Amino acid sequence: MPGLKGWQKWKWVIFFLAPSLVGLLVFIVYPIISSFWLAFQEWNLLTPPEFVGLANFQELLNDQDFWRALGYTLNFIVLYVPAVFILGLFLALFLNQKLRGMVVVRTATFLPVVASWVVVSLIWKWIFNPSFGLVNYGLEVIGIDGPAWLFEPQTALIAMVITSVWKDVGYIALLYIGGLQSISETFYEAARIDGANRWRQLRHITLPLLTPTMFFVAITLLINYFQIFDQVWLMPMRDSAADRQLEVIVTEVVKNAFSYNRMGYASAMSWVLFVLIFIITFVQLRLQNRWVYYEVE
Amino acid sequence: MYAGMLLLIVVMVLPFAWMLSSSLKSQEYILQTPPELFPNPVTLESYTGLAERIDLGRTFFNSMFVAVVGTIGQIIVAAMAAFAFARMQWRGRNTVFLLYLVTMMIPSVVLVIPQFILVRSLGWINSYMALIVPPLFSAFGTFLLRQSFLGLPKDFEEAAFVDGANYFTIFWRIILPLSQPALATLAVFSFMGLWNAYLWPLFVARRDVVMTLPVALATLQASPRALTEWNMVMAGAVVTVLPILLIYMFAQRWFISGIISGGIKG
Repeated sequence: MPGLKGWQKWKWVIFFLAPSLVGLLVFIVYPIISSFWLAFQEWNLLTPPEFVGLANFQELLNDQDFWRALGYTLNFIVLYVPAVFILGLFLALFLNQKLRGMVVVRTATFLPVVASWVVVSLIWKWIFNPSFGLVNYGLEVIGIDGPAWLFEPQTALIAMVITSVWKDVGYIALLYIGGLQSISETFYEAARIDGANRWRQLRHITLPLLTPTMFFVAITLLINYFQIFDQVWLMPMRDSAADRQLEVIVTEVVKNAFSYNRMGYASAMSWVLFVLIFIITFVQLRLQNRWVYYEVE
Repeated sequence: MYAGMLLLIVVMVLPFAWMLSSSLKSQEYILQTPPELFPNPVTLESYTGLAERIDLGRTFFNSMFVAVVGTIGQIIVAAMAAFAFARMQWRGRNTVFLLYLVTMMIPSVVLVIPQFILVRSLGWINSYMALIVPPLFSAFGTFLLRQSFLGLPKDFEEAAFVDGANYFTIFWRIILPLSQPALATLAVFSFMGLWNAYLWPLFVARRDVVMTLPVALATLQASPRALTEWNMVMAGAVVTVLPILLIYMFAQRWFISGIISGGIKG
């Protein structure tokens, strides 16, 4: 690049970079390092922190609440991820058709993506209300006595999965649509000349060429949902069995940090979650060449 | 096919319609079975009730102020850094950028506790500073704008240098105007993030003077009385969601690009 040399140029680099870099160091990098340090301390915010070695991690191994939270997190993921992964794909194939009025359908599909989790959680909390909600009213009409939904852990989990699929399916479809639109039209032309029908085109062109997007979707879903928080924090009915028992890892971290003031223990838990996410992402990366198809340029 | 389209619209819009309809019902009417989608009579009593329970004007202002100031700040910080990374040559550039990328991999839950402790020691709890400042420095904005700046041709810049322009002129008069789509994408993405934020404001802004809409709404519904006051909770939900839905209707394109590039929450 032409222009300035030496100190003159560095002055400009500092001018542009300093606000961001200083902020990043103070508000992101320093907290990450101090969180790692905290994981080996016992600290209640009042008395000075005390070094406890690996005690926090040892405690974690025997903490029933942590294992239960991990169990519910995995339980949620097992129900939610396949559902939204497949429904999102169907939705994308549907929305990607060039039909009149499809723009309106797309706009409607992305409404829940734009709304906040708090709003969505509360709308569905009302819809799943056992006595006055729409869901149980609908079930009653067809002669089924609806469950207590957000009062019991198992049914609350299902209600939260339904809510989450409704909120996220548009987002997942959007990611798939991006993938669909990057597939070259020439493949389909060639297939039509060879007499391949719609199903064979889907099976042999669309799906294989969409696997890189599917891979990205799978990684995104798992990273995000190991950190599920808002729905679980907001949806269970106050003081119900679901409220007492249904915890996920992040609600457990938050409770330890902000209700019990156990900053060190909560930090240790958050690092365990990070390691879990890291391992899962790493395994997915290693497994990708078994099913992800990359076009050779 | 058209039946499918219609079904999809109903599934996606009905919960929102139900929210609006519930918010327009009176206290006795809301618990009535069978439930009716079109309230008769329509009443605004839940909204006046809501205004008695929370300082609606103040809370709305807090949300708007944090989202607008935070978005502008985030764009300025990120655009400047992205310029240094994309349009200037200097030693150590790639190493520093790697640091940015690494921070993007850390999940937000790891950051919540130490950021809370930091903000607390700065005396920022229950202040706008706590809500606005830490999110300013997420590396994501820099990452997004750098990609866009890298794609611009070098020609204009070289011509401008020959004419004696400095880096700031190039940044302000050439790079920013040419990057409007990326800036709009980041603006929408960061406005949406700040407007909808819950976990962070929940712990750093609990006092009424700085409380934002999502936190106020969640607090309202957690009170025992709210168990039966669903019309009021839904009125709160309408107030919280309406601004973002309106912006979405008008700036749909940028929302879509923002949502796509957002990828991972953290």
